[in-house]
Amino acid sequence: MATTTQLSLSGLTVSFDGVTVLHGIDLAIGKGEALGLVGESGSGKSVTWLAALGLLPGKARVSGSARLDGIELVGARPETLDKVRGGRVAMIFQDPTSALNPVLKVGTQIGEALSLHRGLSGGAIKAEAKRLFDLVGIPDAERRLSAYPHEFSGGQNQRVMIAMALAGEPDILVADEPTTALDVTIQAQILDLINAVRREMGMALVLISHDLGVIAETCDRVAVMYAGRIVEEAPAAQLFAAPRHPYAQGLLHSLPPLGGARRKLVSIPGVVPDPRSLPKGCAFAPRCTEMSDACLAATPALRSIEMGRRLACVLEPQSASQRQFEAA
Amino acid sequence: MSAALLTAKDLSRTYGSRRGLFGVITKVRAVNRVSFSIAAGETLGIVGESGSGKSTMGRMALGLEPPDEGEVRFIGQPIPASGTPAWRTQRARMQMIYQDPLGALDRRLPVTAQVQEPLDIHQLGDSANRPQRAQEMLARVGLSVEQMGRYPHELSGGQRQRVVLARALMTRPDFLVCDEPVSALDVSIQAQVVNLLVELQAEFGLAMLFISHDLRVVRQVSNRVAVMYLGDFVEEGDADDLFAEPLHPYTRALVSAAPVTQRMPGHQRLVLKGEPPNPANRPGGCSFHPRCPFAVERCRAETPALVSVDQGSGRRVACHLIEPSASTLRKAA
Repeated sequence: MATTTQLSLSGLTVSFDGVTVLHGIDLAIGKGEALGLVGESGSGKSVTWLAALGLLPGKARVSGSARLDGIELVGARPETLDKVRGGRVAMIFQDPTSALNPVLKVGTQIGEALSLHRGLSGGAIKAEAKRLFDLVGIPDAERRLSAYPHEFSGGQNQRVMIAMALAGEPDILVADEPTTALDVTIQAQILDLINAVRREMGMALVLISHDLGVIAETCDRVAVMYAGRIVEEAPAAQLFAAPRHPYAQGLLHSLPPLGGARRKLVSIPGVVPDPRSLPKGCAFAPRCTEMSDACLAATPALRSIEMGRRLACVLEPQSASQRQFEAA
Repeated sequence: MSAALLTAKDLSRTYGSRRGLFGVITKVRAVNRVSFSIAAGETLGIVGESGSGKSTMGRMALGLEPPDEGEVRFIGQPIPASGTPAWRTQRARMQMIYQDPLGALDRRLPVTAQVQEPLDIHQLGDSANRPQRAQEMLARVGLSVEQMGRYPHELSGGQRQRVVLARALMTRPDFLVCDEPVSALDVSIQAQVVNLLVELQAEFGLAMLFISHDLRVVRQVSNRVAVMYLGDFVEEGDADDLFAEPLHPYTRALVSAAPVTQRMPGHQRLVLKGEPPNPANRPGGCSFHPRCPFAVERCRAETPALVSVDQGSGRRVACHLIEPSASTLRKAA
């Protein structure tokens, strides 16, 4: 990969009340790259970024390291983090309507971000806010700046959130399920918008989603998480064409097809384990159709299997890809 | 065509909505003269975005909400008024599954007791056998004996939805309305519940009205699919055909907006401009025309009727641009 690393996580671990929910995440994101994080609820995909940005509640114990261009973020002083959050790294969330302040005009809320991160004031704020609204495709920007969040639809509020996130001209945008609460035709609009501003501003994107399709259409590289660990990481095209980890394979096969013959869905049996009582060895072993004794002996480490691909599974990569071939 | 189990004719439902404290009440037409029929053992899927009237239609099909106009008939008879003894008796034969199983279950009762309740309410079978029948049904939907004694909060989301399904099936209904039954579940669990639904439907010969915004899930369980936009059916047809070759511009946009993991080379996505319109302020003519990339003058003036475009497949489309003849079953643009 030719891009230079902008943010790197290494051994990032999080525990709440003595229960470890994130078990040492190693992940790097390059300049201008789009990285997708998939996994089911409780897999740790959101916690990873909340921990890296110091957004978890005080009772969370965070260890390991998250470095942004050499600056350590884990355990950093609030002043350092305040400059990073919103400035270097911006985050948008699933529910835009509850992320906005309902009693302030959206123009005021964007203005706050502009004065905080860009040091703008007075007329410059107004002009820049209007430019951002135009950029994210809110029609009649001038007048809409003095509207309140409840006067916007869900899709428009997400556009407002994106405009606010862009206010600090961030290097990295972390989008946590940005379209999950939106209708499918609006989701397509927002994904197009995120892609367009990313290209325009040369910004890196971390897209957190449970929706494999959304990730496939937006990201260059994908990491699949399960029970607080990354189990597979690969370039997006490779992951969706030939997933190697049995969990990643199961996820892809559980998705009902939109065309072709109807078949019974290949579901993953069982449920996601409780982080308080994770199974011994590989956390996926009890649900895995390929389980062997080796899976129970130790947690498989995430190791590099080829250029740009990492896998945490005791199965030989060849046999895994063969299996995929036979199943197809 | 087998005889229809449930027929809905010209169903309409209008709500009053007031803007502000002293605002004038405006009429919001949630469902607009919709007709359909479902045969025994058949599944009709309803897709559409929020506010398109899917859920209102599901509630009217069960008689939970009276239609303002039109009529629902179940096995040839009109559905009795909601709350009457006759309606209660009939409800044993038609059941509903909602999105949130935790909200649909009683948190203070172990699940076996809840699954047994429909038998007690409708006085079905010998009371001594009822607990056993409840356990058999729970085992059928995949709960272990140990899980049967638990309370809803001690089960996972997928297990709770299994309990809700078991409870709905206790009275051996002919007809099931499922309103977004798997939307709250994770992908791997969603596949388990979808598979279970398909199995149970075949096993119990259930007719279903399956409401969801997820095209993939709807296609997986449905024989026929209807697409709703602002309270209207804009297209209806065989599930596989409809998704393989959507005709109405809105259906085409929906299908093309559905994210896929492998994009065919050269595929162009049809991304709609604009927001879904407010049902309180319906555009005139075809209600989709402000967002339609192919709209012509006629679309602004005249409301298209849902007409059959292909007798063989039973495809119906409400669009001025689609010619109603089998030979021109081609996209208008």
